[in-house]
Amino acid sequence: MTISRRTLLASATAAASAAPFARARAQTPTIKIGVLNDQSGPYTNTGGVTSVICAKQALEDFGVSTKGMNVEVISADHQNKPDLAVSIARQWFDRDGVDMLLDVPTSSVALAVQSVVREKNKVYLNSGAASSALTGEQCSPNFVHWTYDTYMLAKSTGGAMVKAGGDSWYFLTADYAFGKQLQSDTTALVKAAGGSVKGASLYPFPGTTDFSSFLVQAQSSGAKILGLANAGGDTVNSIKQAHEFGLNSSMKIAALLMFITDVHALGLEVASGLNLTESFYWDLNDKTRAFTNRVKAKTPNNWPNMAHAGCYSATLHYLKTVHDMGVAEAKKDGVATVNRMKAMPVEDDCFGKTKIREDGRNLTPAFLFEVKKPSESKGPWDYFKLVASQTGEEAYRPLADGHCPFIKA
Amino acid sequence: MQAILSTSFSFFGTNVTIAALLGQGTLGLINGAFYACLSLGLAVIFGMLNIINFAHGALFMMGAFASWMLLNYLGIGYFPALILSPILVGLFGIFLEKTIISRLYKLDHLYGLLLTFGLSLVVQGLFRNYYGSSGLPYQIPQVLQGATYIGFMYMPNYRGWVVLAALFVCVATWAIIEKTPLGATLRAATENAPLVQAFGVNVPRLITLTYGGGIALAAFAGVLAAPIYSVNPNMGDNFINVVFAVVVIGGMGSIMGSIVTGFALGVIEGMTKVVYPQASATVVFVVMVIVLLTKPRGLFGKAA
Repeated sequence: MTISRRTLLASATAAASAAPFARARAQTPTIKIGVLNDQSGPYTNTGGVTSVICAKQALEDFGVSTKGMNVEVISADHQNKPDLAVSIARQWFDRDGVDMLLDVPTSSVALAVQSVVREKNKVYLNSGAASSALTGEQCSPNFVHWTYDTYMLAKSTGGAMVKAGGDSWYFLTADYAFGKQLQSDTTALVKAAGGSVKGASLYPFPGTTDFSSFLVQAQSSGAKILGLANAGGDTVNSIKQAHEFGLNSSMKIAALLMFITDVHALGLEVASGLNLTESFYWDLNDKTRAFTNRVKAKTPNNWPNMAHAGCYSATLHYLKTVHDMGVAEAKKDGVATVNRMKAMPVEDDCFGKTKIREDGRNLTPAFLFEVKKPSESKGPWDYFKLVASQTGEEAYRPLADGHCPFIKA
Repeated sequence: MQAILSTSFSFFGTNVTIAALLGQGTLGLINGAFYACLSLGLAVIFGMLNIINFAHGALFMMGAFASWMLLNYLGIGYFPALILSPILVGLFGIFLEKTIISRLYKLDHLYGLLLTFGLSLVVQGLFRNYYGSSGLPYQIPQVLQGATYIGFMYMPNYRGWVVLAALFVCVATWAIIEKTPLGATLRAATENAPLVQAFGVNVPRLITLTYGGGIALAAFAGVLAAPIYSVNPNMGDNFINVVFAVVVIGGMGSIMGSIVTGFALGVIEGMTKVVYPQASATVVFVVMVIVLLTKPRGLFGKAA
C-alpha cells in the first residue's frame, strides 16, 4: 500500500480529534465483557455466536442504558487451542481492558485461562466447559463455574443408568482433560454403586470421526453400558455409528454430556430414548419459555441450550453485582467482585433461584431428560421429557470432596 | 475356525485376539476406501495439473452437503445423489478452475497450495454460516440398512457397500487413465502440452475436465460418507491431512500408488486402534516419515 499525503493528513486529523473522546470516555468507565469460545470448530453450535447473543440479551434485560452503565460485549474464537486462548485473554486484559471473561468451553482451554485471570485479578464466569477440576484442585477465587460440570453429569445421567441395572461399563473417551475427568467422575460413581468398568478407549481429540473400531471393542467387552465421555460432534458421530453396528440393541448408550443442539443434529429417529442431563431446557416452565422467546428470533436455527442460558444468567448476575458495588470498584478488583457475586442471591428466568458456593460452584438444578419419540414431538425443538430432577445441593460434588486449595487456606 | 479366531496373544501389553485383528482390519478397509477415493482425486489433479489441491477436503464436504440438499430440498434419494452430487460439485470445480486456478499454472506449486487452502476456508466458512457446525442428519438408504455376520464380526451392510463402491470407482479411474486412448492423450498432455496441442488436441479443455473429474471423485467420497458421519462443514478437515500423507507415501501423482496406499493405511490405522488407540491419529504420519527417509519419492513414485 502506498500512503498518499492526503491519507496521512486525514489519519493525523482523525487521531487528533479522537484523543479528547478517549479522555472523555475514561471518566465514565466502560465494563467490557469478553466471550471466548469455539466459533468455527466442533463446539460452535453448543457455544459460538448464540452465547454472545445470550450475553447481549442480559444487557438488554438488565437495562444497562437506563441504569447509566456503559457495557460492551466483544468475542473471539479460541479454536479449542489453549495457547491461543491464553494469548487472546492476555491481550484482552492488557490492551483492550476486558473486565469479565465469559463462556470458555473446552476444558483444556478453560483450565489454561484460569491462571491468567487470577494473575490479572479479573472475573471469569465459565459456562461452556465441563471439567469438575475447575472448582476442585484447579479452583480460583476469581472464578465461577456457572452451568454444569462432569460430576453433576456423571451423578445424574450415570446414576440413573446404574439404578436401572447398568452395572458394567465400557467408556469411549475423548483423550483430553474433559473426557478423562468425565470418565473418572463416572467411574467413581459406578464403582461406589458396586458396578464395574470393563474397559475404555481413549481416542485422539480433535480429529477422530470414525469410531467403529472402538465400538466393536466395546461390543466384545461384554459391558452393559456404553459410556460416551465426549461432546458435540463426537457424541453425534459415535451414537450414529453405534446404531449402525447394532450396539443399541446389545448395550445401553449413556451420552454423559449431550446438549439439545446435539439431539437436533442426530434427529429424533436415532436419538429417541436416550437419557441426558441439562440444567436448562427451553420448555421447562413459563420463565424459560419467555427467555427463549426473547432470544429465538436472533438465533432461529440454534435454540439456546444450558451453556447458552448460562451465559445469559452469568452476565445478568454480574451486571447486578457491578451495579450494586459501583463500576469503578468492580473494575479494580476481580476477587472482590466474585466475592460479592457469591454473597448476592442469584435469580433469573433460566435457572430460577440459585446460589454460588465459596469454591465458585453455582448450584444450578440438574434435570434428567429422555429424548422423545418422533411421534411425541409436537413442534420445532420439542425434544425432551423430564424424567427426574435434583436440586443444586444434591447435584454437585460436596464442597469438602473438591479439595479446592483456597478454601482450606 | 472358532479356535483360531479366539486365540489371543500379547502385543505391547495389550491382549489381542485374531478375531479382533481381523475385525479391525476390515474396518480399516472402510476408512481406507475414503482415503483411496480422496487421494486418487488429489493424485490425478497433481499429476495432470501440477496443483496441490488443498480445497479437496472442502469439496468432499460439498459432495456430502449436495446429497443432503438434494434429499431435503428436492426429495432426491441416495442412489441418484451418488451420481448427481459428483456432477454438480464437479461443475463447481470446473468453474473454480476456469475462473481462478487456471491463472496459477505458470507459477510455483506454493501459490496453488495457498490459493486452494484459502478457497477451502471460504467454502467451509460459508457452509458453517448457513448450516452451523453440529452437522445434519442423513439416513442410510433402506436397502443398505442392517448388518451381516461375516464369520468374525458384524459388518454393517452400508459399510460393505462403501468398500465395494469405492473400489469400483478407483479401479475404473485407474483403467481410464492408464488403459484408454483418452487417458493416453491426458498423460501425453502432462508430459509435453505444446506438442499435444500441435496435434490438434484442446489441452486447456482437457485440463479443465481433469480437474472437474478429480473433484467429482472427492464429491463421490462425500456422498458415501454422508450417512456414516454427520454432514458438517468441517468433515473434510479430518480427512485432508491424512489424505495428503497418503499421496506423499504413495508417490506424488501416482494413481495406483494412491489407491493401494489409501487402503493399506486404513488397515494400519485400524490395527493401531486395537493396540494403542491414542496413537491412531499419528501412525499415518510415522509411516510417512519412515517412507520419506527411505524412499523420498514415495512407494510408487517414479525416479526423477
